[in-house]
Amino acid sequence: MKALVHVTVKPDVLDPQGRAIQRGCASLGYRGVRDVRQGKLFEIELDAPDRAAAERLLLELAAKLLANPVVEDYRVVSIED
Amino acid sequence: MFAVLQFPGSNDDRDMVFAMKSVLGADARLVWHKDAELPAGTQCVLLPGGFSYGDYLRCGAMARFSPIMAAVTRFAAAGGPVLGTCNGFQVLCEAGLLPGALLRNRDLAFVCAPAHLRVERVAAPFTSRATPGQVLRIPIKHGEGRYHVTPEKLARLEAANQVVLRYCTPAGDVTDAANPNGSIGNVAAVCNAAGNVMGLMPHPEHAVEALTGSTHGRVILGSLLDFLGSRR
Repeated sequence: MKALVHVTVKPDVLDPQGRAIQRGCASLGYRGVRDVRQGKLFEIELDAPDRAAAERLLLELAAKLLANPVVEDYRVVSIED
Repeated sequence: MFAVLQFPGSNDDRDMVFAMKSVLGADARLVWHKDAELPAGTQCVLLPGGFSYGDYLRCGAMARFSPIMAAVTRFAAAGGPVLGTCNGFQVLCEAGLLPGALLRNRDLAFVCAPAHLRVERVAAPFTSRATPGQVLRIPIKHGEGRYHVTPEKLARLEAANQVVLRYCTPAGDVTDAANPNGSIGNVAAVCNAAGNVMGLMPHPEHAVEALTGSTHGRVILGSLLDFLGSRR
């Protein structure tokens, strides 16, 4: 299976990188870009008996390693057979 | 004996050994991260600064998988003193030995400058040589040193006297202008609830000789030395 896991800085935690990118957009003339948050996207190939088991495994992995739950949120974006 | 851990990408490990051994006259030696046990006679563990594992994933995130970290966790649980500076602080947070996390500096810039630090906690093993409110001048050099906990958690840490150092002005005022990286509450150093594990972003090992601008690092490293002496 192939899965995507998305990790972002929690909404209440300052993301200076995202802010710098937003300012970059504005200086390119894209005035409508009001906010940018930068995260990480993990492309994971894994073996699991079914999608539910894969999701459980991915959430466990995100909590233990892919994200630091003190400052980051995570979600499984997709799982494909 | 001070055990100075050496991870792939550590770069202040030898400076730490130099400070402990050549300046303070203590017994200190490097310990490779793949070792499963701390050397016999280890009385204190020091996690140096640097870029362990190239800062892959998050700063300090991969080092906790090094075999030596299981031994460090046992050592800390038994009450042994553990000090992490800079990347060592990040490793201790990622390993769950200290509360909070360290994020990209507020202004994105890598900051390499002397920092003024107000001592908030005077206690063995890390700050017994300090006086309450004393201002230390110790350099910082990091891009990811913005300490983060929720405001509620910070209040709990303050109530439990776990905030050890705060960034301040030379006169000792804790102001936003004196905060080099945007750390919540100007926090530069925290310890665990038991008080035997501490992390700080500044580099005491770079402030041990007058030649390089300050000897205030000895207040912290010397406190550890006193603590070890008192337990002999």
